[in-house]
Amino acid sequence: MNYFDIIFYLFAIITVVSAFIVVTTRNIVYSAYSLLLTLFGISGIYVLLGADFLAVVQIMVYVGGILILLLFGVMLTNKITSVDIRTGTIHLLPAAVGSGILLGILWAVMTWTDWKTYDTQIPSTTIFGLGKILITNYVLIFELLALLLLIALIGAASIARREETEENN
Amino acid sequence: MLTEFGKILIFILFAAIFVIITLFVAKIVRPNRPTFEKLKIYECGENPEGSPWVKFNIRFYVIALIFLIFDVEVVLLFPWALAYKEMGFYGFSIGIIFLLLLVLGMAYEWRKGDLEWARPKPKPPKLNEILKNKTN
Repeated sequence: MNYFDIIFYLFAIITVVSAFIVVTTRNIVYSAYSLLLTLFGISGIYVLLGADFLAVVQIMVYVGGILILLLFGVMLTNKITSVDIRTGTIHLLPAAVGSGILLGILWAVMTWTDWKTYDTQIPSTTIFGLGKILITNYVLIFELLALLLLIALIGAASIARREETEENN
Repeated sequence: MLTEFGKILIFILFAAIFVIITLFVAKIVRPNRPTFEKLKIYECGENPEGSPWVKFNIRFYVIALIFLIFDVEVVLLFPWALAYKEMGFYGFSIGIIFLLLLVLGMAYEWRKGDLEWARPKPKPPKLNEILKNKTN
């Protein structure tokens, strides 16, 4: 067991334990904050896999953006404390069968896949190469992403604005 | 051998250990005599009143939504900014088109007043109108 494995298991434990808290806790705010740790743990695993850009995106967009949005969504909700969050165990047998099948499929894929491992040095940064193919091979996708963001911006603003006028009425 | 992310990990570990040790030592050293008054939520010395779960203004949500979209834009600009110099004017124009599309969205938000903070509009009493009403 080398350093890599120790760090991997550290992040894996953080991810799994906080994901468990997200599902089981009765307080929706605790749930949102545990999701922060889950996303952080996943970004740590991304770093270990050599996907540095993805890890930074995970921190910046998911932890810095989407989680804030989620917390605002929680805070914007009326009468949050009176919401009865049920996390009891219902339909235990179908759930066990379903998750057992999923586990079996994942295990089968994991054992039967012919994992190719190369002894290559992981580059210190992938962002340069990513930028290069983003403005050569995938330039259309890059510009379409800008269009998609534009649509999302206008759509989000107009939906939020309509809600506000309804509120005033 | 230590990668750049390894340094960040060491920073994170030290930050966590620092907080844990500080809180643990404080827990051992400090006297512990809780009373009802001490355990109450501190609200600037006043007695806490009502639920802390107030409904926030929808404006915060709109601002967060706009922030998220420009956040994604900045993330996408990082790889472009590193690589565009090699491509010369072509690479530069790609980024300019990308930015122009988003400036269009920004201009739309600005024009429609989504970036403005919704303020209450108080009507200050005007002396002329009061006098007019009095004389009538």
